[in-house]
Amino acid sequence: MALFNAAVGATVARPLRGGEAARLLLWRNVLVYRRAWLVFVTGFLEPVFYLFSIGIGVGAMVVGFEYAGKPVDYREFVAPGMIAASAMNGSLLDATFNFFFKLKYNKLYDQMLATPLRTVDIAVGELLWNQLRSGIYVTAFLLIMVAMDLVHSWWALLVVPAALLIGSAFGAVGMALTTYMTSWQDFEKVTLAMMPMFLFSATFFPVTAYPEWLRWVVEVTPLYRGVVLCRDLTLGVPSWGALVSVVYLLVFGAIGLVVVRRRLDSLLLT
Amino acid sequence: MADYADSGPATAPTAPSGLVAGALRMVDYWLTVVARTWKGGVITTFVTPFFYVLALGVLLGGFVTADPATLEGADSYLAFVAPGMVAAHAMTIAFSEMTYPVYGMVKWQRIYFSMIASPLTASHIVLAQLGFLVLRTLFACGVFLLVLAPFGVFETWWGVLVAWLAQGLVVLAFGAPVLLFSLSIKSEESFALIFRLGMIPLTLFSGTFFPVANLGPVLEKVAMASPLWQGVNLTRMLALGEIDWGLAAIHVVYLGLLSAVCWWFAVRRLGERLVS
Repeated sequence: MALFNAAVGATVARPLRGGEAARLLLWRNVLVYRRAWLVFVTGFLEPVFYLFSIGIGVGAMVVGFEYAGKPVDYREFVAPGMIAASAMNGSLLDATFNFFFKLKYNKLYDQMLATPLRTVDIAVGELLWNQLRSGIYVTAFLLIMVAMDLVHSWWALLVVPAALLIGSAFGAVGMALTTYMTSWQDFEKVTLAMMPMFLFSATFFPVTAYPEWLRWVVEVTPLYRGVVLCRDLTLGVPSWGALVSVVYLLVFGAIGLVVVRRRLDSLLLT
Repeated sequence: MADYADSGPATAPTAPSGLVAGALRMVDYWLTVVARTWKGGVITTFVTPFFYVLALGVLLGGFVTADPATLEGADSYLAFVAPGMVAAHAMTIAFSEMTYPVYGMVKWQRIYFSMIASPLTASHIVLAQLGFLVLRTLFACGVFLLVLAPFGVFETWWGVLVAWLAQGLVVLAFGAPVLLFSLSIKSEESFALIFRLGMIPLTLFSGTFFPVANLGPVLEKVAMASPLWQGVNLTRMLALGEIDWGLAAIHVVYLGLLSAVCWWFAVRRLGERLVS
């Protein structure tokens, strides 16, 4: 018995300090991804392919249209849409499919909660990792835009934090929704939400393509808010609409985070 | 001991009389799979392609001004993009059906192992697997074509009918290679790569959304060598009624050869993986 106590007591768990929990989780994900570096590296290609295909290939046949009162090149119009959409896609895929797998099959969080980590640490840690990756991808995309001469304003630099805001908001809400899912069949609902947002949130064509009432519906969807924010920044024409987007996405993400913490508490700690 | 004797099969298991007879023994298996899982694919199979047509074909297409000469003979961007999307959809089905589900049958649920434990062989299993894929694709693409019909993008009824049947060939030309790939890999992480480096660039640059001539003379040739362009162009010629029969024959031979070679290797690979 003395031997047993000594063995366990040697590493008695102590509560974690402020940023320590998040750092540990971040480090765990880095270790996991070290074995899949090619998957990591190729992660930023999808929006680039879309930019080349739709932006340039189809764009060659598109008549120009106006944005914020001035004529806009189609490639410059699509690129920020791709930033916002891929911030959403990347975050949501991670926060739904991967999160579900870890929660339900890996039982990863059950193991973590046996340590001094708390549920809120898990939610924040996962989100941080997610956003670190997304930040690297959006920076790479911005560099490509600069190389293609699609950026003409210093405001464009702010598109990196903007993409992180979009990603975090969708990530938090995605995780919150995932905690309600029971089987893989439920992921059809994720597709059902994601795919129309990707296609119809003024990513590929201006919102003026819709009749008035439908336009109003599109303008209150979270991805549209993200697209407006990114587009205002990369085109260098920040507007009140962009500010509305920031507030909207902050609130959207905060709600998600509160829900996910409560749900993880009830799923994993009771 | 008598109890055991009674509970055994009435007759000893017999080998199937031929390749097709063997594959047909798996009909009830695949029907059960469909009955239990069809709900999980309704959105991706039927709603997604329709939304793509609506967003890119109709709404973005409204901003496209190009005369038929630059759109390979199509009257509108919608008429140009719709047949391309049908072929791309067939390819997407091949990728989604032949990656994780196949890998699961080898590694997770190991259903192939229970199939091979019967008198069936790898050839029967592959025939049933790919046969199911073709039927599933014909159903999905048939619905897709019916949905497109009211948009007035097709020239002749027989052209659409042949284009529909051609999707069986298109899906095989991707199904067989991807099946071979899934039977060969050691870890499911490889799937992220064939989606990102295979399926997505194929979809975006094989003449589905814009004429390959827009890529410039060199990249145009590269795109024309891709199996998806072969399928897209075949489908588009049939749908638009502007058929170059010589070119169509090349497409059919190309897709057929690709399917046959990969099919043959897939049978061998499956045998090795299950028996050794």
